[in-house]
Amino acid sequence: MNKGEIVLETRNLSMHFGGVRAVDSVNFTIWENELRCLIGPNGAGKSTFFKCLTGQIRPTSGDIVIRNLQVAGHQSHEISSLGVGIKTQVPNVFDGLSTEENIWLSARRWHNTAHANRLTTQTLDRLDLGGIREKTVGRLAHGERQWVELGMVVVTEPWLVLLDEPTAGMTYEETLRTADLIKTMNETATLIVVEHDMQFIRMISKTVTLFHEGKILMEDTLENISSNPVAREIYLGQRSNKLEQ
Amino acid sequence: MTIFRDMRATFTIAVIGILFMVLAPTVLELFAIINLTTAIALAMLALSLALVWGYGGILCFGQTAFFGVGAYAYTVAAINSGDAATAILIAVVVAIIFASVLGYFMFYGRVSDVYLAVITLTVSLILFSLIRRTSGPEYKIGDALLGGFNGVTAPPLNLPWDRAYFLFPEHVFYVAMAFLIIAYVFTAWLVRTKFGRVVISIKENELRAELLGYDIRLYKLLIFMIGAAIAGLGGVLFCNGVGRVTPDVFNLYNSALTIIWVIVGGRGTLIGPVLGAFGIFYLTSALGTQSTINNNLILGIILIIFVLAIPKGLVPTVRDWMIERKDRRIQRVRERRIRTRRTRSSTQNAEGAGE
Repeated sequence: MNKGEIVLETRNLSMHFGGVRAVDSVNFTIWENELRCLIGPNGAGKSTFFKCLTGQIRPTSGDIVIRNLQVAGHQSHEISSLGVGIKTQVPNVFDGLSTEENIWLSARRWHNTAHANRLTTQTLDRLDLGGIREKTVGRLAHGERQWVELGMVVVTEPWLVLLDEPTAGMTYEETLRTADLIKTMNETATLIVVEHDMQFIRMISKTVTLFHEGKILMEDTLENISSNPVAREIYLGQRSNKLEQ
Repeated sequence: MTIFRDMRATFTIAVIGILFMVLAPTVLELFAIINLTTAIALAMLALSLALVWGYGGILCFGQTAFFGVGAYAYTVAAINSGDAATAILIAVVVAIIFASVLGYFMFYGRVSDVYLAVITLTVSLILFSLIRRTSGPEYKIGDALLGGFNGVTAPPLNLPWDRAYFLFPEHVFYVAMAFLIIAYVFTAWLVRTKFGRVVISIKENELRAELLGYDIRLYKLLIFMIGAAIAGLGGVLFCNGVGRVTPDVFNLYNSALTIIWVIVGGRGTLIGPVLGAFGIFYLTSALGTQSTINNNLILGIILIIFVLAIPKGLVPTVRDWMIERKDRRIQRVRERRIRTRRTRSSTQNAEGAGE
């Protein structure tokens, strides 16, 4: 594996809800320009882990270090302001505003109005969102809303991107396009992707981290994980055939 | 696009407002003008809530608290300093400071929605009880006796360069109307700036706004403070229209009434709540002249009708209806054109076949 600079690292990161250890002493490291998928069965702690990284919840204990900066317990906007692009599981978009306004608001955070306008137009073209440019986002299809949110991430030109189930609710074609987009983003950014869809992971993945009961069970290529009997047993269970596809 | 639209409509409304300001005193009697000044003050309060709730998504149930604080601060400052301009400035600053302290704890403590409504309403009611109990001679700020239940007589506005020259009621009307127009244009401009758009985006989706890197606590606090400043200015105008300020400005009836103006006029517009305030003010005045039906009963019925039948409020409903009608007209013209073209071409074909 290529080991450049460490971009993000957690040390003994834990998140407890009452007696439930949703995330339990996780040590996780990701290096520059990596594209890492987080997988695991429901309740494995991926989403909680993701919410800790993005500042949506404050971890019970442990450290999160992004580029040598301790960020555990920081607010979401502080983490985002480091240049981190975040997309949540359920599309979080501005439903009452148009596609263009959504993306503009993201661009305007970083640039002056003229530059933001230019970047917005570029991103609309790049993601092929020109057709829904003036449509109210609340009225768009689920897949389109996902793309609007991806547009809001892309337009900021982040160097670290955190995506939670980016292809949920997308058609096959949309999923293919998303895979391409993610690969393009990976040329300039480090990515962490939480994902369920095995086909999609196969399209994009290099290294996969498998979560189980709040801990990292293994970290390897998808091929090795899918051929590992323990992994098959705990993660895949009845879905093991899906992995083999 | 809704928020990127230019400000043409705003200026049109402002011009209508200016015409009204110039013409009203020539047509109306003095009593009506004094009444109008009070209505303008309430419209200012409605405008502040239109901004804070309609655009900022902050359901402040106690917007009257800032209105009342502004009125009391003006009165006390004017009695002590003898100069209205200073007093107005002090009133606005006091309202802003009060909102910044209250807002800081609410927004940085991440209190939201219904809790925020309850807290702001409670603050207003606390002020109501507090000021009511200040009737003794020991409750005075400088030379100003707070007067408890009876309130304080507000010194009228004077010319900034001549303390001895007090304005006549017509002049107070001009001042009030000018303030309202300025506040309206200012808020309309504000919601179109980057700041305003971020505030709207926070109303749309707090989490997304945060994930984009905007400190939503700060933006909410700032819009809350701006709203308080406008409400405070409204309070200044109010005590000038009425001539005195009493603890009743803080009572539950007025808190609820402010919400009703915004609901009736329409959230997400600025002119809607302003018209709502005027409309309801004159409706209650008209109802006040009869005694068959209870005033509040009718207000309640109006509120229920709006919530159930016209939930968007008056102005947005009319606007949507007009847009729809225009679309339909364009559609009809287009269809007619296609039809004529078809008839023409078929006649030509028929003629061609005939030859």
